[in-house]
Amino acid sequence: MDILTFMQQMINGISLGSMYALIAIGYTLVYGVLRLINFAHGDIMMVGAFVAYIAHSSGVPFELAVILAIVSAMITGILTDKIAYKPLRDAPKISLLITAIGISFFLENLFNVLFGGVPRAFAAPDYLTSIIHFKGIVIPMTVIIIPVVTLVLLFITLWILNKTKYGMAIRSLAFDIPTVKLMGINADFIIMLVFAMGSALAAIGGIFYAVSYPSIDPLMGIIVGLKAFAAAVLGGIGSVAGAVIGGFILGFTEIVVVAFMPELGGYKDAFAFIFLILVLLFRPTGIMGQDLERSRF
Amino acid sequence: MKIVKLSILVITILFIWFAQNHFDPYAVSILNNIAIFAILALSYNLINGVAGQFSLEPNGFVAIGAYVAALFTLPSATKLDMFALEDPAPLVLAMHASFLPALIMSGVVAAVLAFILSIPVFRVRGDYLAIVTLGFGFIIRIFAMNSPTYTNGALGLNDIPSTANLYWTGFIMVITFIVMLNVIYSKYGRAMKAVRDDEDAATAMGINTFWIKTYAFMTSAFFEGVGGGLMASMLTTIAPDQFSFLLTFQLLIIIVLGGLGSMSGTVIGAVLVMGGTEWLRFLDQNMDIFGYNTGAHPGLRMVVFSILLVVMMLFARRGIMGNKELTDIFRRGK
Repeated sequence: MDILTFMQQMINGISLGSMYALIAIGYTLVYGVLRLINFAHGDIMMVGAFVAYIAHSSGVPFELAVILAIVSAMITGILTDKIAYKPLRDAPKISLLITAIGISFFLENLFNVLFGGVPRAFAAPDYLTSIIHFKGIVIPMTVIIIPVVTLVLLFITLWILNKTKYGMAIRSLAFDIPTVKLMGINADFIIMLVFAMGSALAAIGGIFYAVSYPSIDPLMGIIVGLKAFAAAVLGGIGSVAGAVIGGFILGFTEIVVVAFMPELGGYKDAFAFIFLILVLLFRPTGIMGQDLERSRF
Repeated sequence: MKIVKLSILVITILFIWFAQNHFDPYAVSILNNIAIFAILALSYNLINGVAGQFSLEPNGFVAIGAYVAALFTLPSATKLDMFALEDPAPLVLAMHASFLPALIMSGVVAAVLAFILSIPVFRVRGDYLAIVTLGFGFIIRIFAMNSPTYTNGALGLNDIPSTANLYWTGFIMVITFIVMLNVIYSKYGRAMKAVRDDEDAATAMGINTFWIKTYAFMTSAFFEGVGGGLMASMLTTIAPDQFSFLLTFQLLIIIVLGGLGSMSGTVIGAVLVMGGTEWLRFLDQNMDIFGYNTGAHPGLRMVVFSILLVVMMLFARRGIMGNKELTDIFRRGK
């Protein structure tokens, strides 16, 4: 193992980790406010990637297609909340989980019926797919753009959460919804905002995924979504910074194990869950150490 | 009361006998399917509905049961022929048993695995439990894909001896039903319900919640394994892809429709969902609507079922039977 290959794999790990991180933030935001695992989150990511694909392949410029994808993912996320979660706010948790799974399955199969289950090639614009050779390391542009965009989005998210009026409302909802309502805050609007933020980030993560592994299919959200969730728990669910750290750890592990132990390559998708189980066994609060019952971003 | 129960039992047994001998093969295959899914859903309802531990792992246990039963019943010569990717492991070649012991082994292996799994799994509650068990289902599939010496990898196993018929599936369904009811009305079953309704209160009353959950989980896994063995023998061919989350999803719809915690509701749910799947088959095929051909839409049935699941949860959360049994309804009549 020479240093070049090592650098190459590190760069790939950063890129993969960024994608997990973007999707994990959505899980963490929704969990922080509603104490609910949004099972449909991975599929919202899929919706984003598909809308971008359809818009782009029917002639819309890539940038506009990305915006369309983000908007449609936000709408999907908000509708999911309004239809499946809001009527059940006071119901037992198990009902919410079942509707979440129902929505997830609905989105997967709807897109399967509409567009077919065959994986489609995602044609990204040239400036994203071009490759730079730097001292013998091959760097695709995506690998630079993805982490940069992720960091920018992370700072925007943290800024919204910590510096704005809405962020304060979101943080207070994470503590106590009834009290926040008594303070005259429109809790439903703030929850809608949380879903919109999470879904937008998921859509961007989905597009990154589609650009780096240039193929999308209606079931892509399941495994990526689950891994991102594992990343969120690893980092400490309810903590945005934790989600990002968890995403990077997971991304690195996957890349490193596959690069250095190719015979384990087939088990790549299992690592996330083995991680998850180990974390829950030894440190259920995750790396950032938030209390599971009282997370506060 | 006894008479009602006995007559239901006798009618079921007579029906199984009549159907096996007089129905056409298509109807028998649907009934087989219903019986197997009823076995799986009954055991799934024990952990989800009765013990209240929302878990999503049955596809994993069904897969284990199916593979164990298949490996036990396949003759060694067929195994040597079939394992194309790599030679079968010595253990695989040594495994040999007739159908009934193979089924029991399927259940035992699944139950042992459930025991090992329960140690990490029951440290968490609620949605964490759901996602960890969901992950377990995935891991089992990934292992089945990647251990060609044991499972023949993605190619799966073929030519599994087709021993199971309606007698097997039907009678095991009846046995599962009776065992489940006996568990529910035993002191363990009452403890499970206590854990479901309030885990902290149950602990305070001196119930060892970890053991009660593990007990429910193992019982459930045992019958899921047996159901998996029956499924392998029914289909005569198994591959990792058959045991995807779709299987768990179907079971979830069955128990939600029938009523979480109701065993007779589960059987009704199995009949409705599996019958409905068959009846809605036209949705996946070409349709002519006013002369306009819609083309084939594989998966449209599942869209319908997922909408059904959400609507059930929103408007009729208790399902058909709530958490009551059929006999409770008779009892109220008196």
